[in-house]
Amino acid sequence: MENILAGAEMLARWDVIVALLIGSIGGVIIGAIPGVGPAVAIAILLPATFGLDPIVGLTMLLGIYGSSMYGGAIPAVLINTPGTAVNALTSYDGYPMTKNGEAHRAVSLSYSASFFGGIFGIVCLILLSPVLAIVAPMFGSREIFLAALLGIILVVLAHRGQIMAAGMLAMFGVFLQTIGLDAVTYTQRYTFSQSFLSSGINLIVVVLGLFALSQAFFLLTAPDSSPDAKPVTGKLGVGFKELMKHKRVATVASSFGVILGMIPGTGEFTAQFMSYTYAQKTSKEPEMFGKGSPEGLIASEAANNAVPAAAMIPLLALGIPGEALTAMMLSVFYVHNVIPGPQLFQNNIDLVYGLYFSLIALNVIVMIFLLFSTNLLTKIIRIPTRFLGVMILILSFVGVYSLRNSLTDVIISAVFGVFGLVLKRLNLPIVPIILGMVLGGIMETKLRSALPRLKSPMDMIDRPIAFIIFVLILLVIGLHIRTLVKEYRAYQPDEDHDLHDTQSR
Amino acid sequence: MTNSKTLKSLFKRYRRPGDIVFAWFCLICSVFLLSQIYDQTAYKAGAKLFAQSRFWPAVSLCLMAGFAVLHLLGSAFSQRIEGRWREVWLWVSSLEYAGWFMAYACAVPYAGYLPTTILFAVLLALRAGYRSAKMLLAAAGSALFTVLLFKTLLKVNLPSGLIYEQLPDGLRQFMLTYF
Repeated sequence: MENILAGAEMLARWDVIVALLIGSIGGVIIGAIPGVGPAVAIAILLPATFGLDPIVGLTMLLGIYGSSMYGGAIPAVLINTPGTAVNALTSYDGYPMTKNGEAHRAVSLSYSASFFGGIFGIVCLILLSPVLAIVAPMFGSREIFLAALLGIILVVLAHRGQIMAAGMLAMFGVFLQTIGLDAVTYTQRYTFSQSFLSSGINLIVVVLGLFALSQAFFLLTAPDSSPDAKPVTGKLGVGFKELMKHKRVATVASSFGVILGMIPGTGEFTAQFMSYTYAQKTSKEPEMFGKGSPEGLIASEAANNAVPAAAMIPLLALGIPGEALTAMMLSVFYVHNVIPGPQLFQNNIDLVYGLYFSLIALNVIVMIFLLFSTNLLTKIIRIPTRFLGVMILILSFVGVYSLRNSLTDVIISAVFGVFGLVLKRLNLPIVPIILGMVLGGIMETKLRSALPRLKSPMDMIDRPIAFIIFVLILLVIGLHIRTLVKEYRAYQPDEDHDLHDTQSR
Repeated sequence: MTNSKTLKSLFKRYRRPGDIVFAWFCLICSVFLLSQIYDQTAYKAGAKLFAQSRFWPAVSLCLMAGFAVLHLLGSAFSQRIEGRWREVWLWVSSLEYAGWFMAYACAVPYAGYLPTTILFAVLLALRAGYRSAKMLLAAAGSALFTVLLFKTLLKVNLPSGLIYEQLPDGLRQFMLTYF
């Protein structure tokens, strides 16, 4: 109980409250603008948060992460363009509702479902905390190595239809983190006798290049456009009443969000898809899905908003990020010498509770903000895309240069910016590179520290949790092969679509 | 965009022109890096395989090259989409903006963060095709806001310009600290 109070006390500071307000309101605005997205914003702000207290910096980044999807629903519903990639399914039913003259109903319903999903996710996180505090210390080097390996496999397999490219990019990420002086053997790896490579390739520089600069280049090289969203009239709080009529769908969708959010590499996409499919299969009006079904909209928004809280579970308990945004947050922990993992629940449990409370607060702040300022956001959406590109470039400089005032970092990030642009143009994923870098580093360190206790390879899985993770790895690969065989036998003509589009991330 | 009916179709990638060029590029890079493994990594005789400095670069590059071969095969056996070299030219043309970014970064330590940022924003807005006074003012205003937020308020670690040294005493210190 005193830990919970200490966590609450952390939020009662003016700097944390300001960070929360900036993060959550900024996140909604960023989410609402198609072409920016939370990853770009977090990448830019990351170095700026290094000078702040961990709770202040993390609260701001969490604010952006947790609130961007609320904002992303606005253009998805009003102009059929998802603000963030994970709002794509929202446009399926939201936009038809707008076309039917029900824009107000659609926006209000998506806010309510998002709020429900967000709070549901946090409640699950709080309820799971005591279990995590017991289970997390059972994870030693071997278990964390195997969990990181499982994470990489899932990240690759989650990119169905582009597994080869995802695998190649994930391995590129693993390779990138090996460059530089090996801290254990003191030998150079792939430095090509260049002194700037001896300290390795900085994750933040890569993140800024791949997410922020590439987006700026992408917008600047594409034709200019200015989305036009019409204002919404009427009270936006009425969606809660309608949401209550679909409690079952909202609860199941949020549960999918929580479960899949906890599993590295799966996240919002799979959660949304599964909950949407569930809602359609159990609906009394399945034919309405895709034509303006409130259940479809609720399933999509409740599922994706339950993910951020759940994604904190592997990050806080094991130090394993499940996707790019939590991978970026991991670097904030490291900079402040707060190492996420089993020890965090023993030594810094107040910080953990502080983060939980900030997640609750951000959902409330965002909801209140949206009830009064949706029409303001419809005006912000109209910022021309090339102008956005110019601004992202200026802001990216702050991120890259403030890190260590290095021109070399600027050049490296620009190179990764062009590489990221190519990936975005080709519709290939960026996330595997980042997760490859982070999880690759974890795997190398943990395997090395586990080695002195291993006499044979079988010792790697001789503890219960290690064995369970190993079985899970085999299961995931086995199930994937089974699905491939099934899909091959039941051949269907390909459907052309760009839903799994990385351009808006 | 059509509605997806299966998990497979949800995650199906919409292929774009230029895919095979990228596939070749990745394969060549990974094979080149792999060919350098003996020169660029060390191997300590007698040490365990997993503890070798070479282990992770070797694993990652071998798998990367393997995936690159399969990705290339996938591209080669897919239907060709028109506009391959037009797409590649677009990638190359993005280097111009990378150049703008590097020029901006080079100029800041000399010309000062505030003047460089405003000038860069206006010039880049012009380059992006904006000609109206409203848009150019918006670019300058946004640049000013960025400087005020990050340098003046948040005191983010950004260089002051050498140009500020030429300013009179009182103003010099003020500009060096806040802009």
